[in-house]
Amino acid sequence: MQSIAFGASIMKGSENDFKKRLIDNSPHITIVDEYRNPTVQPANLSYKNALVEIKHLKPATENKGIRNYSCIIRYLKTLPGLLSSSVLSGQALINSAGKVLAVNLNGMIPEQIKTVTTIEEYMVMGSVNDLIANHSGIIIGTELARKLSVSLGNNITLTSTKGNVEIFKVIGLFQTGRSSIDSSQAYMDIKKAQSLLSKPNIVNSIIIKITTPYEAEDLGNEIEKHVGYKNISWQENSRDLMNTINIRNKILFTVVSAVLVVAAFGIYNVIFTVVMEKRRDIAILKSVGFYSNQIQYIFVIQGVILGIAGCCLGIPLGCIFIFGLSGIKMKPPGSTGVIQMPVDWGLMQFVIACAFAIIASVLAAYLPARKAAKVEPVEILRGAGA
Amino acid sequence: MSIILKAENLSKFLEGEIPVTLINNVNIEINSGEFVAITGLSGSGKSSLLYLLGLLDKPSHGNILLEGKNVCKYDDKILADIRLSKIGFIFQFHFLLPEFTALENVCLPMEQLGKLSSSEIVRKSKEILVSLELEQHIHKLPNQLSGGQSQRVAIARALANDPLLILADEPTGNLDSASSKNVQKILRNVATQNGRTVIVVTHDAEFANLADKIIHIIDGKIIS
Repeated sequence: MQSIAFGASIMKGSENDFKKRLIDNSPHITIVDEYRNPTVQPANLSYKNALVEIKHLKPATENKGIRNYSCIIRYLKTLPGLLSSSVLSGQALINSAGKVLAVNLNGMIPEQIKTVTTIEEYMVMGSVNDLIANHSGIIIGTELARKLSVSLGNNITLTSTKGNVEIFKVIGLFQTGRSSIDSSQAYMDIKKAQSLLSKPNIVNSIIIKITTPYEAEDLGNEIEKHVGYKNISWQENSRDLMNTINIRNKILFTVVSAVLVVAAFGIYNVIFTVVMEKRRDIAILKSVGFYSNQIQYIFVIQGVILGIAGCCLGIPLGCIFIFGLSGIKMKPPGSTGVIQMPVDWGLMQFVIACAFAIIASVLAAYLPARKAAKVEPVEILRGAGA
Repeated sequence: MSIILKAENLSKFLEGEIPVTLINNVNIEINSGEFVAITGLSGSGKSSLLYLLGLLDKPSHGNILLEGKNVCKYDDKILADIRLSKIGFIFQFHFLLPEFTALENVCLPMEQLGKLSSSEIVRKSKEILVSLELEQHIHKLPNQLSGGQSQRVAIARALANDPLLILADEPTGNLDSASSKNVQKILRNVATQNGRTVIVVTHDAEFANLADKIIHIIDGKIIS
């Protein structure tokens, strides 16, 4: 029983921890600069169900992005329980003291970004607000700063993919604990980013935080219908990972169930031994006038009592195991910080574990109980004195 | 006196590689209030006959009529009900439930019958135990009782539901002389004073001589 509670606690705990990290650290909904379904071309509209080939077509070069983002932000502000921030992301090369590294630039409005991301919480030096006063400032991760050997107040040169070059001053350092982020992300004012990336008045995503994260999928669909751009909820974005977690849970549950099967065999053996030892008493009860199903009931009840006793012992034992596990600290691969083993203390897993334990006990007791019910009193009474 | 128990052409065979005939075409009539002894050598079929008459075993052929009704056609549940309400068993070894006290052992058949309240069951059980001079041993476990005392508790248990029929399989076979005499006297009184039918399987000629009728059995057949 404690194995199930223990296993369920780890499964649920890590799943909840993963979801919490996703919900806390990722946008709940992201409006991206693309459409869910490609625009239907005029030729397809003119010749429905026909195979149309247009030769020598030269697609127009356009600056991809969300152009009317101010209107969208205004619309989003009308929705209750929702905060949004427009972001322009792009790639650039960072150059400092001869070291060149690729970096993901995130141009944003400092007042807005603080409300929808946890970046401010991860600031170890400086503040996101410093970008308001210093438009030529940049915030980088500690890992990136370490690789570039730069610190607060140093200048770095950024070169965009369009060839634009600008010098920025490091005004803040952040540390999320995930080295992939700390070594590759940089934040700056949105206007500067638009200038550097040659995308004036364009953003490529609008990130949204809502007070009810589990409704992100429905709300995202609603917003998508209104604004036209594709909305990606955190659930949609992490579906593969969630499926992986579900598969992992099923595997772990199967392993824990195997422990339960072994325990059930133990109960079967106990009750079978009792039935063998009590054959004479069963014969007496039958000779007195007890029914076969009453005899069976006695041993099934014994199984239930064993199951309940297992629960009474297993719950505190499971709690001790879970408590012990929750104290384990570890540093997962790719993380720069130490985290505690995530466990869940939910009541439901104990209820499920108890239910499983009692059901397994009843099933394990049923077979020997049936054997007890089939005892022929004459066979026992004849040889009982021997 | 009316016929309470009747066996007609009763036979019991054990099937197997070597078939064994336990009871061979037995016909018996036992009257109400009669004290009957079944005697015979070991392996002659005395106990087998008793188990058949007590509905613990099913005959291969023939009929058993209890109060004029053929009980052989009944299912196990009805037979259990009949054993509970109409038949009391006493075995050579007392066969008391070891975890239960003398009182609880006697209460058991009454609780199973479910006709009396708990307080009435306890009161009646105590009465029966007192009548068998076991008042000092009511709350003792079987392992705290002597052989004779245990057998008297077994008699009390057999009498609990006021059965028509008491069947005893060598009830004195495992007792010392004094206890044996005492049990013989009690069983004789059960028939004489309470008007119950008592069928006893015994090796003891002296005990058999107390009976109103002696059935002698050899190789599964009644001789006299």
